Amino acid sequence: MALATFKGGIHPPGRKELSKAHPIERAKPPKQVAVPLSQHIGAPCKPVVKPGDTVKLGQVVGEAEAFVSAPVHASVSGKVRAIAEYPNPMGRLVPCVVIESDGEDAWVDLVEDADYLSLSPERIKEKIRQAGIVGMGGATFPTAVKLSPPKEKPVDVVMLNGAECEPYLTADYRLMMERPGEVLEGLKILMRALGVKKGFVGIEDNKPDAVEAMREAAASLADVEVCPLEVKYPQGAEKMLIKAITGREVPNKGGLPMDVGVVVQNVGTALAIHNAVRYGKPLVERVVTVTGRGVAEPRNLMVRVGTMVSEVIEQCGGLTEAAKVISGGPMMGFALSTLEMPVTKGTSGLLALTEGEVVHARDFKPCIRCGRCVDICPMGLMPSMLSVLSEAGQYEECKDYNLFDCFECGSCAYVCPSKRPIVQFVRLAKSMTKPG
Amino acid sequence: MEAAKSPRELIVSVSPHVKSEDSVAKIMWTVNLSLLPAFAGSVYFFGWRALYVTALCIVAALFGEWLVEKLTSRPMTLSDGSAFLTGLLLGMNLPPSSPAYIAIIGSLVAVMVAKQMFGGLGFNIFNPALMGRAFVLITWPRAMTTWTAPVASLGAVDAQTTATPLGLLKEEGLHKLLEVFGSKSALYMHLFVGNRAGSLGETSVLLLLIGAAILLLKRYITWHIPLSFVATVGVLTWIFGTNPETGGLALFGGDPLIHLMSGGLILGAFFMATDYVTVPTIKAGQVIFGVGCGILTVIIRLWGGFPEGVMFSILLMNCFAPLIDRRMRSRIFGYRKVEAA
Ligand code: SF4
Ligand code: SF4
Repeated sequence: MALATFKGGIHPPGRKELSKAHPIERAKPPKQVAVPLSQHIGAPCKPVVKPGDTVKLGQVVGEAEAFVSAPVHASVSGKVRAIAEYPNPMGRLVPCVVIESDGEDAWVDLVEDADYLSLSPERIKEKIRQAGIVGMGGATFPTAVKLSPPKEKPVDVVMLNGAECEPYLTADYRLMMERPGEVLEGLKILMRALGVKKGFVGIEDNKPDAVEAMREAAASLADVEVCPLEVKYPQGAEKMLIKAITGREVPNKGGLPMDVGVVVQNVGTALAIHNAVRYGKPLVERVVTVTGRGVAEPRNLMVRVGTMVSEVIEQCGGLTEAAKVISGGPMMGFALSTLEMPVTKGTSGLLALTEGEVVHARDFKPCIRCGRCVDICPMGLMPSMLSVLSEAGQYEECKDYNLFDCFECGSCAYVCPSKRPIVQFVRLAKSMTKPG
Repeated sequence: MEAAKSPRELIVSVSPHVKSEDSVAKIMWTVNLSLLPAFAGSVYFFGWRALYVTALCIVAALFGEWLVEKLTSRPMTLSDGSAFLTGLLLGMNLPPSSPAYIAIIGSLVAVMVAKQMFGGLGFNIFNPALMGRAFVLITWPRAMTTWTAPVASLGAVDAQTTATPLGLLKEEGLHKLLEVFGSKSALYMHLFVGNRAGSLGETSVLLLLIGAAILLLKRYITWHIPLSFVATVGVLTWIFGTNPETGGLALFGGDPLIHLMSGGLILGAFFMATDYVTVPTIKAGQVIFGVGCGILTVIIRLWGGFPEGVMFSILLMNCFAPLIDRRMRSRIFGYRKVEAA
């Protein structure tokens, strides 16, 4: 039987073998962390501690004031040293709460809730909100917001995204292999919070053992289905995942999954939800795949939020001949300008590429109209036209070619034989115009 | 767009950070390579003259590209293989007896006018090789329609002038063709193998298809244009073909196989009508393009002033390519018609 999928997409080399076989290890407890006050899409947090304060592990250090926001917590116990600015992966400076660890890892009082599956949806959402959970696949949208769809948009399906279609990354894979039960508990909690009868887990078919592990763990659950998916990028993009599993298409021009009755969460997020709702644990750590030929010993590490990237890489033997370090995967991740920057809730991977692997975009050529980008755009756009128009400064005209439906997956730039930086042209045009 | 290095010497550039290995040069040189069988065939069928004419075209094309880029101080693109390809394709489209000036001027027009005057690779509207050929055909019609019979021996000196199968079919009818080639199966065989008069590289269906198969397998071309082009010619020549007895129009009585295997149809459909730059980028548009080429080819072949119509049909459809692309869009993901309130 043909595996579920969507139309378009590309097949970049997976390169998962570098880190795939490494079970998740706990990173060394950091001596100091810098917890960013803005780690998500939405309003930044307001610091609620000041230099000199002592904090416990899991204590709120930044409070969310807006609806689309999530609080941040201390990821070590110790003393607040400063509120200082550090760059985020996009290169912007973000205020961070710098905490020096006392080495105790003394938690705040955690209240376990054995009966977590019979909590009211409201209570579940409240706990998720308080735990500061955001989408951990990289987009970092506050999870509680996603779980509160307006009444006119009834949700009937919850999906866990275990596709992990970005090359190199194996964090979600390891989670599904090692902790399938907890991930599924997270899914059950989500289904309860949304009052939904049907849950899916989508996993790319290049991880048959993960499919197997999840299937085994889900064997007793009649309402949960584990779906192997065709291996292709961007299979893990929300819209593509929903199309592959349910056949439903999220409307273009700003449509959301909830418009077709679906909520999607990453598998890492599901684990965090389980920890939060059952044990009352806030989100203070995450699995990070440290990989690439530029790093000595690729690994999957459980890293505290706020740990310096340099420290994480050091624990993997350090950089060998890395020329480029990327936060996230090679398709949509961000190249870092410095390693003195904290790991955030959205850091799914740290990828070090060597000089030979880096593609230099500066010698791109004119479009030869080969049509490859048109064939593979998962959104059905004409990236060739977007790039040509944007290059010529005709930003408004880009809108005739559905500029704002591009979600910058990078597939077009990957296949382009003229090596055109299409995504960059799209971003430029987006910044020069308004949607509509 | 510059990849900047930070003080710590890390390269910072935008996503995606990995790219496929295909490049323009790789594609162009593969296309050149895929023409090798048919080119070797032309040398076999028409002797060293084939090599001479083609080499002249290639050298002139490379020179033309170099000259324009030198004069306009544009980046040199000789290594990307596209000028080489234009020269090679033009050579394969010329009669074996073409004088040197035709080869040279045709190539210079192709590269300097049809390609570089529009802005170089990616900006030209017309297929450069075909423009070069159209120019020399119109300027030196006599030389461009003098055909020599294949000699199939490298030592042969005196090539005999003769007519192409399509010329015979048009001027004298099918019975003449059968007379010349003996039987229908012999005719098919000659057309398929390439042992017949015609432009240098167009005669061997077999060798051209070997090259085309390489391009299809590497996915450098897709079936959309060649198949729709060839199928349209096949169907229309069957419907509107000539009756072998009377020589007049006979509905559903034509012989599509002769039309498919003669003239420059296979060369044109697989190697010229698939030139990325001058055809639509959208698959549905490519089918329209192919069907359009097919219709025009048949009209010219059956009722026009030339026995052959592939060149003009592709050039004409080239004009419509931008229009087709503008009119047609692929289906946008999640697109819904606005529902009536
Ligand atoms: S145009 Fe946008 S959505 Fe389409 S392939 Fe390119 S980056 Fe992806
Ligand atoms: S892949 Fe590149 S060269 Fe080909 S049509 Fe798209 S933008 Fe143009």
